[in-house]
Amino acid sequence: MNQERHILLLFPHPDDETFSAAGTVMMHKKKHGTKVTVASLTLGEMGRNWGNPPVANRETLPLVRREEMANASEVMGVDEIRHLGYRDKTLEFEELDTVAAHLKEVIMDVNPSLVITFYPGLSIHPDHDATGAAVVEAMKRIPENERPKLHTKAIDARSVEEIGEPDIEYDIGDWMDRKLEAIAAHESQMQEVTAITKQKLAEGDEDTEAWIRYEQFWIYEL
Amino acid sequence: MKNIQADAVQTALNTFKGQQIYVHFELTNGAYAAYRHGKFQASGGFVRNARVNVLHGKISGDDPFRVGLKTEDGWIFAEGLTAFEEKANESLYLYGLDEQGKLSVALQLSTVPFEEGVDTT
Repeated sequence: MNQERHILLLFPHPDDETFSAAGTVMMHKKKHGTKVTVASLTLGEMGRNWGNPPVANRETLPLVRREEMANASEVMGVDEIRHLGYRDKTLEFEELDTVAAHLKEVIMDVNPSLVITFYPGLSIHPDHDATGAAVVEAMKRIPENERPKLHTKAIDARSVEEIGEPDIEYDIGDWMDRKLEAIAAHESQMQEVTAITKQKLAEGDEDTEAWIRYEQFWIYEL
Repeated sequence: MKNIQADAVQTALNTFKGQQIYVHFELTNGAYAAYRHGKFQASGGFVRNARVNVLHGKISGDDPFRVGLKTEDGWIFAEGLTAFEEKANESLYLYGLDEQGKLSVALQLSTVPFEEGVDTT
């Protein structure tokens, strides 16, 4: 594991950061005292999971999810949380230029040694792909000698076929309990965990915890 | 949030009669529909803060329910409604939640505009 000075997680919805990289940030923190900033582009305002029974409605969901993200961040030992003020489901319709300029400012301000986001085009949800694309564009605008590294998470089933095996895979086994605790902090979204587990079973995946345990990233060459 | 009681919803609908209101209306089968079910595609949409003048509104059906609003310029219709929330003389939120509690339809009516975002500072 490379030593990182500061990791910036750039994701569209509260909980993406936890599912994607909770173990990674906790391991870096423990081993190297890495500083961690989490930035969420939206508050997941349009999520259709509200808990069962519901703990939110369409209007209170963003407030609930902001709180949940704060709780999950505490479990992960995140140093700083930023909310970037976009609205769920609208990212792909914003001007790429505007979002990229904004994200460049955020990256320059946080000044991380590593940025983690979604791999554009292989991340299933339009907000995921739009976030990845805007981060890539923002990174291109940072002079090469000041540019942090970029690691991306691809989640589409075609990922390996399209871009090869992941460059990095962390087995976060020792941190599973803490990661599950961080996931559980996203209380309104727990139906999603159940749905993914079901999907894995339907796909014939017997190790239903593998997607939580092995955090995989592709190094993005700009 | 409560299971729909038709009488309570009808009473709330009546308060919007003759008023200009704001509407948040959405339908969704989930952004992961294609991913989870192969070719079956994600379908949905939303309108937030549409303004309409209500002539009258009615609730119909028996769990799940349907609601129709006749407006000055047309109609609003929603079906599959199972749950509701209301704020007296201000808003009525109607939702369709499936067996797993996942949202499939939302019809929110309010005399005051819905927030565009929340203060993130």
